Amino acid sequence: MRVGLFVPCYVDAFEPEVGIATLELLERFGLDVTYPFDQTCCGQPMTNTGCHAEAAATEALFVKNFTGFDYVVAPSGSCVHQVRAHLTAIPQTPEVIAVRERTFELVEFLHDILKVEELPWAAFPHKISYHSNCNALRGIGHARASEINAPFYSKPLDLLAKVKGIEVVEIARPDECCGFGGTFSVFEPAVSAKMGYDKVSDHARAGAAYVVSADSSCMMHQKGCAERLGVPLKFIHIAQVLNGAAA
Amino acid sequence: MSAPDDLRIRDGAADRGGLIHPEIRQPDDESERGPDGGRLQHAEATSQPLSAAPKAAQAREPQPRGAKVRGNRPIDQAEAAERFIAAPLHLKAHDERLWDLRKKRDAVAHTIPEWEALRELASQIKAHTLTNLDVYLEQFEAQAKANGVHVHWAADGAEHNRIVHAILKDHGAKTLIKSKSMLTEECGFRHYMDAHGIEIIETDLGERIQQLDKEEPSHVVCPAVHKTRLDVAEVFARTLGTDPENDDIHYLAESQRETTRPYILTADAGMTGCNFAIAETGTVVTCTNEGNADLSGNVPKLQIHSIGIEKLIPRIEHLGVFIRLLSRSALGSPITQYTSHFRAPRAGTEMHMVLVDNGRSARLGMEEFWTSLKCIRCGACMNTCPVYRRSGGLSYGATYSGPIGLIIDPTFNKRKYSTLPFSSTMNGSCTNVCPVKINIHEQIFAWRKVLAEEHEIPLVKKGMMKAAGQVLSRPAAYRAAIGATDSALKVLPRFAVYNPLNTWGRGREMPETPRQSFHAWYKQNRMRTRDDKTGDKTGADKSDAEA
Ligand code: SF4
Repeated sequence: MRVGLFVPCYVDAFEPEVGIATLELLERFGLDVTYPFDQTCCGQPMTNTGCHAEAAATEALFVKNFTGFDYVVAPSGSCVHQVRAHLTAIPQTPEVIAVRERTFELVEFLHDILKVEELPWAAFPHKISYHSNCNALRGIGHARASEINAPFYSKPLDLLAKVKGIEVVEIARPDECCGFGGTFSVFEPAVSAKMGYDKVSDHARAGAAYVVSADSSCMMHQKGCAERLGVPLKFIHIAQVLNGAAA
Repeated sequence: MSAPDDLRIRDGAADRGGLIHPEIRQPDDESERGPDGGRLQHAEATSQPLSAAPKAAQAREPQPRGAKVRGNRPIDQAEAAERFIAAPLHLKAHDERLWDLRKKRDAVAHTIPEWEALRELASQIKAHTLTNLDVYLEQFEAQAKANGVHVHWAADGAEHNRIVHAILKDHGAKTLIKSKSMLTEECGFRHYMDAHGIEIIETDLGERIQQLDKEEPSHVVCPAVHKTRLDVAEVFARTLGTDPENDDIHYLAESQRETTRPYILTADAGMTGCNFAIAETGTVVTCTNEGNADLSGNVPKLQIHSIGIEKLIPRIEHLGVFIRLLSRSALGSPITQYTSHFRAPRAGTEMHMVLVDNGRSARLGMEEFWTSLKCIRCGACMNTCPVYRRSGGLSYGATYSGPIGLIIDPTFNKRKYSTLPFSSTMNGSCTNVCPVKINIHEQIFAWRKVLAEEHEIPLVKKGMMKAAGQVLSRPAAYRAAIGATDSALKVLPRFAVYNPLNTWGRGREMPETPRQSFHAWYKQNRMRTRDDKTGDKTGADKSDAEA
């Protein structure tokens, strides 16, 4: 199984350990993982702002980089949702469609494709609060969203349950958006920051020491909010926890 | 956040032992609890003696007002939202109150096993009706006429107002009591009638508060939800002469009732909106918790019902589907207190129905947006919207606010409301709660594309996206932008944090930049082994040479 590793731009620049953990974790399962060296971004900043024409060249580059893999895996629900739902600024050739269909977010790849049963190397003896990125939750179906009347399931919590010593606390508004919203965070800064303050306060009230998420973008925003408020929360990507990070 | 408090907070963290910032304490929303300390339910306004003891005057936080509306200029929702956030008591009460409705909605929806099937059914009934709207409208008209109702057609708001005014004039009517109707808000009905010397009295408590304060409704179900009871005490003291020091909710509600009832008994005409119009029977159905639609419709000798043409449903048997969904979605209650059917004039009275288009047929022709006409105005999307809850409905500067507003306001005025689809994180919760399954967040996304293509987004935004697109599509330029590999990333890359004005840093700390990017790490730690393994030099060296 040939896997192309997509490391989103903000992970590359700000959270390299998340990329490293994703790579190492996939390799633990014996996969042949390649990091196409010319990769940049999925085009989301442009399309989310309505600027599809401006995203076309970036989307074409993405497809060029990731053509030919059995799977493309990225540690970000938001970027994967972009590729799957919105990579439409370029003609939908069979090549483009193939890349879009084969792109998976790390959690769903582990849960649905590899069907991971155990993570013997993983132990994280801490109280954590799990943050669902909205695109991961409602866009690609990581879990049953709280609004929906259907049996509960959660792929990230299923995986975290295999981590020794971990304790997941529940927050008061589990699926409330944290206010990052991509470019929303800079174009509507007051509401974005307030949403972030409320979110990190919710985590802290629930007694979490760590916030775990499958999306670094939300965590970058929440971390900035927690630091501004002086709320002592730590943030760690689920790839790191599943890869056996101790803290 | 504009309040400088937030900038000081960080230094204070040490004094608090780094813990329990005020923000993380359990919230107390003092404006929303009854005398027994329990949270008030919607529609709870049980009559009590007027002797309730006045509260000591409290320091009042002035009510934040809505967006500044300047003709056709694009609404600056973010600016109005910032002022709302700068009023912490209002913000907290608003957010808590509406989140509570969302929670109640979840709780009650989860008790109905067939909930999701009901939503699907409602969505399909609406899709069917809208697809055959001409047929059902004609059927409705014929049936209503057969019931002895005068039926009128209005192409837009202005025509609606003229028609109603003519009806009133024919009867020499000077006063009109009405129940809340978003359609009449769309038409600017009160302003029009004001100018023509007709006195309008809103009978819905929230809408009456808004009328007295000369504000638009901020929410489709709870028009004054952005006001605290202190605000209401102030408005009533100013307009109804109540005791300004008494902010007891029962006192305020009773005072409004006492002052409105005489109008109800003497008004020349009554008017309601319409929740559902049943084609099969020619019936207008209204759903209220205060019974005020019944008073408006049944007391005066002349009654008028204003109906948006998208309110049609084919048959009475379909009504149950919507009734089961409406109040549960809106307030988490199984049904509204009153579900009233208006079908034919009472003996000795006259009944008119005005069917209003006002942009609806044009919307019906919009491939990506026509399903927004399914909306039954339950407000669930507003209650769940994290942006709406923190910015208040008036910040949108439009008749419709919150998620549903973002997708229908631009159909009324593309330029003025061009900014609204950007006031969203597109988190999708709205779509999940919508009882008629409108794909609201996808339509927000689609609107952004339409607006960008039609040059209705600011040039600076467009320019930034163009620059980002150019950098992100060229690996060498991209690598150059985030700094040379193997060295610390000293500057924040523009593409990761779009930041010409440093709006990020106003409310949040900047992310630390690591010593090394993933890209550099990979090159340092993995390229050699990979090369050894595959003998493939890859494009790495080439890229870096370009950079
Ligand atoms: S869009 Fe849906 S959720 Fe929003 S008010 Fe209309 S029916 Fe209710």
